[in-house]
Amino acid sequence: MSFINYSSREINCKLVYYGPGLGGKTTNLQFIYAKTSPEAKGKMISLATETERTLFFDFLPLSLGEIRGFKTRFHLYTVPGQVFYDASRKLILKGVDGVVFVADSQVERMEANIESMENLRQNLIEQGYNLDKLPFIIQYNKRDLPNIASVAELHGQLNPTNVLEFEARATTGVGVFETLKAIARAVLTELRRGSGG
Amino acid sequence: MSGPDVMFPEEQRQISSVCQRLHRDANAKAVLLIGRDGQPIAEAGEVGEIDVTSLSSLTAGNVAATGGISKILREKDFTSQFHEGEKTHVHITLVAGRAILVVLFDERSSLGLVRLRVRKAAEEMARLFEQVAKKAASGTGPSILNEITDADIDKLFND
Ligand SMILES: Nc1nc2c(ncn2[C@@H]2O[C@H](COP(=O)(O)OP(=O)(O)OP(=O)(O)O)[C@@H](O)[C@H]2O)c(=O)[nH]1
Ligand SMILES: [Mg+2]
Repeated sequence: MSFINYSSREINCKLVYYGPGLGGKTTNLQFIYAKTSPEAKGKMISLATETERTLFFDFLPLSLGEIRGFKTRFHLYTVPGQVFYDASRKLILKGVDGVVFVADSQVERMEANIESMENLRQNLIEQGYNLDKLPFIIQYNKRDLPNIASVAELHGQLNPTNVLEFEARATTGVGVFETLKAIARAVLTELRRGSGG
Repeated sequence: MSGPDVMFPEEQRQISSVCQRLHRDANAKAVLLIGRDGQPIAEAGEVGEIDVTSLSSLTAGNVAATGGISKILREKDFTSQFHEGEKTHVHITLVAGRAILVVLFDERSSLGLVRLRVRKAAEEMARLFEQVAKKAASGTGPSILNEITDADIDKLFND
């Protein structure tokens, strides 16, 4: 949940990158980390297995500039995508302000995308959230690979409510900042709207 | 609600001074107060060399995981944890179920003393959180959110 400190003049928000295992969530954060100036970021923490699969979460604190004299701080988290780690995913979703779903565009991962999307919806319900009411962006990643589904197909399977969607190639950064900006903007807009402002 | 979602200058000052008093009375190295979602709220003592942001997010993850374990065991939320290091020890307590109080200490103090002092400080903090929540609910505090316009948000994202 967002945290506004009127003493230090900061707006803090929590963003979660969700999606199937090996879809590229950690790669998104790594690219953001690599391309952000030192003043705007903190350390990136990765709690990972020996094979570099996310075990609990990745964490990256980012500042995106000031609004009316308030620093905007975003805490980016990834969940572990492997089905096995569901209990951990639920914990990471606590207090979430906005979600990015990183889908794997490869045809053979369609099933895993759909399953992960259903899992997201269900886990949010358990935390008292409704995915349709939360700031939410979808990223179709790995567009560089040969055996990929078309965006129309992915859209049909994963985006029935027509939220903003981006194509990406997280390894080289294509679409990564577009996705980040879109979710950060959606979260701030929702904060403002939720306050009746 | 998973943490105090606002903090006002007056209560921030009071909470900081509770942290400072705890730091002194417990002979601690450092004291950190963290929102349950991992945002740093206040600190006291020797925090200069510590990466407070990282420590906060990891501690919040740790508390969340322990909370998950206690649920599986059908225990009430574990209210405190203690990690013993070679030199530095860590005492972690939930405050009013909504924030996390971390005390770092060494051989100059003891677990017994830390526990004793933490109990009192946690009570005061819980009371201050109540006060913040009341103020926020009654709308007597400041509200930046009412001032932000769409144009402000646009400005932030236009390079
Ligand atoms: N070709 C290609 N490979 C990618 C792309 N994005 C990520 N990868 C690769 O996919 C693999 C998995 O990426 P991760 O970022 O670790 O995936 P993850 O979603 O964090 O996986 P979990 O932690 O298991 O949930 C890595 O080898 C990445 O280099 C992309 O856009 N194109
Ligand atoms: Mg990962």
